Amino acid sequence: MTVHDDVTAAGQSDSTDRRVGGDTAQMPSEPAIDSAESADAAESVKPIHPKVSNSPEVIFRSLATAAGATIVAAIALIALFLLIKAVPSIGANHANFFTSPQFDTNDAGNLKFGIRDLFMVTVMSAGLALVIAVPIGVGIALFLTQYAPKALARPFSMLVDLLAAVPSIVFGLWGFLVLAQHLVPVEKFFNDNLGWLFLFKSGNISIDGGGTIFTAGVVLAVMILPIITSVSREVFNLTPRAHIEAAQALGATKWEVVRMTVLPYGRSGVIAGSMLGLGRALGETIAVLIVLRTAQQPGHWSLFDGGYTFASKIASAASEFSQALPTGAYIAAGFVLFVLTFVVNALARVAAGGKVNG
Amino acid sequence: MTATTLDQPIKAPAFRQIGLARRLRNNIATLVMWLCFAIALVPLAWVLIVVAGKGYHAVISSGWWSKSQFGVLPEQYAGGVYHAIYGTIAQAAVAAVIAIPLGVMAAIYLVEYGRGRLAKVTTFMVDILAGVPSIVAALFVFSLWISTLKFQQSALAVAFALVLLMLPVVVRSSEEMLKLVPDELREASYALGIPRWKTIVRVVLPTALPGMISGMLLAIARVMGETAPVLVLVGYSSSINFNLFQGNMASLPLLIYQQLSNPEPAGVARVWGASLTLILIIALLYLAAGVVNKLLTRNR
Repeated sequence: MTVHDDVTAAGQSDSTDRRVGGDTAQMPSEPAIDSAESADAAESVKPIHPKVSNSPEVIFRSLATAAGATIVAAIALIALFLLIKAVPSIGANHANFFTSPQFDTNDAGNLKFGIRDLFMVTVMSAGLALVIAVPIGVGIALFLTQYAPKALARPFSMLVDLLAAVPSIVFGLWGFLVLAQHLVPVEKFFNDNLGWLFLFKSGNISIDGGGTIFTAGVVLAVMILPIITSVSREVFNLTPRAHIEAAQALGATKWEVVRMTVLPYGRSGVIAGSMLGLGRALGETIAVLIVLRTAQQPGHWSLFDGGYTFASKIASAASEFSQALPTGAYIAAGFVLFVLTFVVNALARVAAGGKVNG
Repeated sequence: MTATTLDQPIKAPAFRQIGLARRLRNNIATLVMWLCFAIALVPLAWVLIVVAGKGYHAVISSGWWSKSQFGVLPEQYAGGVYHAIYGTIAQAAVAAVIAIPLGVMAAIYLVEYGRGRLAKVTTFMVDILAGVPSIVAALFVFSLWISTLKFQQSALAVAFALVLLMLPVVVRSSEEMLKLVPDELREASYALGIPRWKTIVRVVLPTALPGMISGMLLAIARVMGETAPVLVLVGYSSSINFNLFQGNMASLPLLIYQQLSNPEPAGVARVWGASLTLILIIALLYLAAGVVNKLLTRNR
């Protein structure tokens, strides 16, 4: 086949330049170098063939482009299909979708569902996870980039990344069967001493059971630690050497160097990492489903409430997805979750300015 | 006695000791950084020790790796998770067969061809897809495949949801590896008159291969622990089902979730045993990724 005609503009001008540039004396030696592919190489030094065949190049390029477009289409389809399935149920809803704390889908003819409680529990648990995980994650990232002995930095960061390898259901088991009982005294302490604040007042389930938003938040914090750490680490590593050395030359201590050069430089990365972590925490399903207890009463913004997040509510009802209208109610909740994570992830990307991937 | 006066420098020293407050703050900061790292290791070690300690009895029991739960009563210490291991591996494998070619081609598009509007949108959408919660991916497959196209629940539907979760990971890691291939290699190939597509297939891809393979193994390991899709898209079966297109199929996360509602001590033992099995399989894939990376890079 004729190879020369397939070359792109840049490649072609390159090869013709050489031929014109008086290198013709060396031309015969070229096939010898590439004797392994003698057939192709021998043809490639022949003058341009009149028969032009672009088809493999075109096919390959279209395949690659189609694969890229598939991903764009996938996101569009997710939004589209969730919406298509959710709209009839929202139309048949007898309660206010945004303000009702109910989620009653047993009677298909009298659907009453709202996302108020789901939203509250989701935001509270993800928020607590963020409050715990961001300072620790940034601390770990600083430790790995600035403080850890150089030889140990790599194995240490692999250890932190291992946290991301543990399946979420195992974290859920650990949180529910092991961690929860150890957190009860901590929760009681907060409840006794800071109970005047709405966050720490007694909630709609008993603290002794352990299955509170507080426990879920701690488990989520552990789960989002690796992503916050890895994104922050990436930007801290990019701090210009000159900034650090300038601070050192002025006599700054290590902490002052970190505070004056590394932290300001990496601020966008820390924000981006936190947003990505928030996205993960908002959408985490099974760990939250296992940890959180169900509550009879609607919650009131206390960390010691029980209930469901968007994701755990959907998963808890997954075995009952048979009738279209009740299922649509859960799909509506799923659509809200999709929009929520979409916005958070888009903000993370804007904050990072495209220089970090998590 | 003049020596004593000479002991005193005539000029004040240029460098003075760092003040106590600054030194203290510096030391505290160092301590805090070490503490943060230690705090991160606590849950990791805790989870692994708990799972290994509570799970190893079940894992070394006879038949754990070769029997299913067929006909095993809730309170019986018997049977194994062979059916669930098959389900976990089969679902991840089908997902990989779809997601890897698609993801690699998308990465090739982004690195080699992608210019202009579509490339920007694609990069953005890869990031968004990476953030899509697994339950949303599962709901999407449910509303498209089962609710609209009227197919039954099956392992295949789970694999479709896993594809969505795997794609961004495959694209990202492949993209990174393709970007590491030096442009000189591509230019040398073009200079020999090799067309662009052939340069990509014969020069760029083989160079990037070791990193890409280990990235894919990690992507497979990541979706193996996903529970939300199996909850929504397939039913639990206590016996082995080889058919991906029909019927219920167990998988390790689904078995764990199903056995959680079993109050018997035997059920609890199975929960921890299955957790340990899942972690072992994932650890094996991580190990394989590391070995592949090391072996293939050394041959170069």
